[in-house]
Amino acid sequence: MNRIETIFEKLKSEGRKALVTFITAGDPDAAKSASILAALPGSGADIIEIGMPFTDPMADGPAIQAAGLRALEAGANMKQTLKMVQDFRSKNTDTPIVLMGYMNPVLAYGPDAFMKDAAAAGVDGLILVDLPPEEADELAPLAQQNGLHIIRLVTPTTDEARLQTVLNGAGGFLYYVSITGVTGTKSANVDEVGAHIKEIKKTTNLPVVAGFGIKTPEDASAMSAIADGIVVGSAIVEQIGEGADDKAISTQVQALHDALKAA
Amino acid sequence: MTQKPETPHPANSIRTGPDENGHFGPYGGRYVAETLMPLILEVEKTWHAAKEDPAFWDEFKDLATHYVGRPSPLYYAKATTEHLGGAKIYFKRDELNHTGAHKINHCLGQILVAKRMGKTRIIAETGAGQHGVATATVCALFDMPCTVFMGAEDVKRQAPNVFRMKLLGAEVVPVTSGSSTLKDAMNEALRHWVANVHDTYYLIGTVAGPHPYPEMVRDFQSVIGNEVREQLQDAEGRLPDSVVACIGGGSNAMGLFHPFLDDTSVRLIGVEAGGLGVDTEKHAASLNGGTQGVLHGMKSYFLQDEDGQITEAHSISAGLDYPGIGPEHAWLHDLKRAEYVSVTDDEALDAFQQLSKLEGIIPALEPSHAFAHVLKIAGDLPKDHLMVMNLCGRGDKDIFTVAEKLGVTL
Repeated sequence: MNRIETIFEKLKSEGRKALVTFITAGDPDAAKSASILAALPGSGADIIEIGMPFTDPMADGPAIQAAGLRALEAGANMKQTLKMVQDFRSKNTDTPIVLMGYMNPVLAYGPDAFMKDAAAAGVDGLILVDLPPEEADELAPLAQQNGLHIIRLVTPTTDEARLQTVLNGAGGFLYYVSITGVTGTKSANVDEVGAHIKEIKKTTNLPVVAGFGIKTPEDASAMSAIADGIVVGSAIVEQIGEGADDKAISTQVQALHDALKAA
Repeated sequence: MTQKPETPHPANSIRTGPDENGHFGPYGGRYVAETLMPLILEVEKTWHAAKEDPAFWDEFKDLATHYVGRPSPLYYAKATTEHLGGAKIYFKRDELNHTGAHKINHCLGQILVAKRMGKTRIIAETGAGQHGVATATVCALFDMPCTVFMGAEDVKRQAPNVFRMKLLGAEVVPVTSGSSTLKDAMNEALRHWVANVHDTYYLIGTVAGPHPYPEMVRDFQSVIGNEVREQLQDAEGRLPDSVVACIGGGSNAMGLFHPFLDDTSVRLIGVEAGGLGVDTEKHAASLNGGTQGVLHGMKSYFLQDEDGQITEAHSISAGLDYPGIGPEHAWLHDLKRAEYVSVTDDEALDAFQQLSKLEGIIPALEPSHAFAHVLKIAGDLPKDHLMVMNLCGRGDKDIFTVAEKLGVTL
């Protein structure tokens, strides 16, 4: 069983929903990013998504675009991202790590080497935003061989027929994109998302985690009623962009955690 | 008009690409966010139905004839031929189209597809503004709201085209993300599309992007090669020995090449923008100076660093200033069916001036690249060699850039 399955079982037994937090690797620089990452589990993050910086993130809004550019400016690259996970893993063996990003940096690293090195560093899953199921053959078998889950996105535009395509080969959890838009822009409509997630849960046993457009503890609380977990990304990354240190981020994450617990 | 039903492909044809998933060999495909996938599949479905519908082509042909002015002439460039003393050179005069370039061909075709899909607004990206102007033009014609994303840097550099788009009723959105140029305009258009899938059609400006765009834009642009084939048959009674076109994303070149792909006697020559030289960091030659990758929905060749970060393209010609290339060109490059060369900014600038004086035609800086290569090779070819160069745009838009380079204040 990989760490993602373990955490969802644990949360289920505790009657809690998962708090998934997103940061971009190397933002604002390698050292600060590592200390922000190290503090996340203690502040209540159940799963951590780490963005792999890319110059042209076409599914991301201004906050995560800026985070990627800050990281690249500070010298971020894939080796450094994997090293950051490895260092984190040497002190934390439980919290699942999911790398999120785009195809091109993975291809440049070499798909085979990437999957091996990511698994060795302690990565549990991958979200490749621009890799739909139709193009997955190049990477999915390599991910599987190395015990990495390919986490698929489901969106408000995914109809029933398409859902089957998306679920084929999906692992870990389903990431429900709760708005038609890019990260950190609109706010999600809880009723619409809730109805769609209910439909999705009829066809899969995978946990469904909602993300995009969830910013505040109130958003988190509302969304947790209808999903198995929620992702907060842009709101955290914005704080980092404004110079917040690991303590300030911890406070923000703790508030999200408390809101989920109380929900 | 020569957009007629194609003859059956021979068994070993390379004109049948892409496959059903949009792949040209290892290139192409649909590398887009899941939100866009249903829409991309709908574009494909609508396009494939339209492609088989004679009524669709009737409407396209009627507009191409009476609105655009097709067929464009095939002109024997006598002065150039005599000046170089080698190959017999013809120009395909696509600069005489309405809006002054070949871009109108795929804009007309795509807006008809958008209408069939029931979409009510159009978005587009533009670099130099030529595709933006052509898109704004067809949107005015069909009375559809039009939003054009343009890098903030390009908005500054291409003020006349920004004004043209506005005159035509389009909204121009300056893009400040990333490096504020064409690739960022394309990113922003994709982001906007993700947020407006219900009513919006993205009218892509070249043979790039996710399937079916490379195929669809190529098929609309193939009117160029089909006309050349027929016109040269009338003029010379045979096929050309070589065809030459400039390449940024590759739309005019693909339109010229595609009807000749299976005619192995025809040399296909694509001319990339070499900027300050492909051995420098300042060029836009994705095939000669780039590597394989994935961006903007497709697998192809891109300018990138060793970590897979996309690098800036540079060219004197804003229309060639793109760090990628259409996937079918990537495939033809690997197959060695087409030759891809590059010429520098300086060579293109020199060719721009020579063509103006030799033939009384002020070309755009884009086909000036093609002409620079013609100047390099035509003189050494035999007199019975028939060469066709696509003169894909006129130079009015470039006089400010050229004047500045020549140290002339307008």
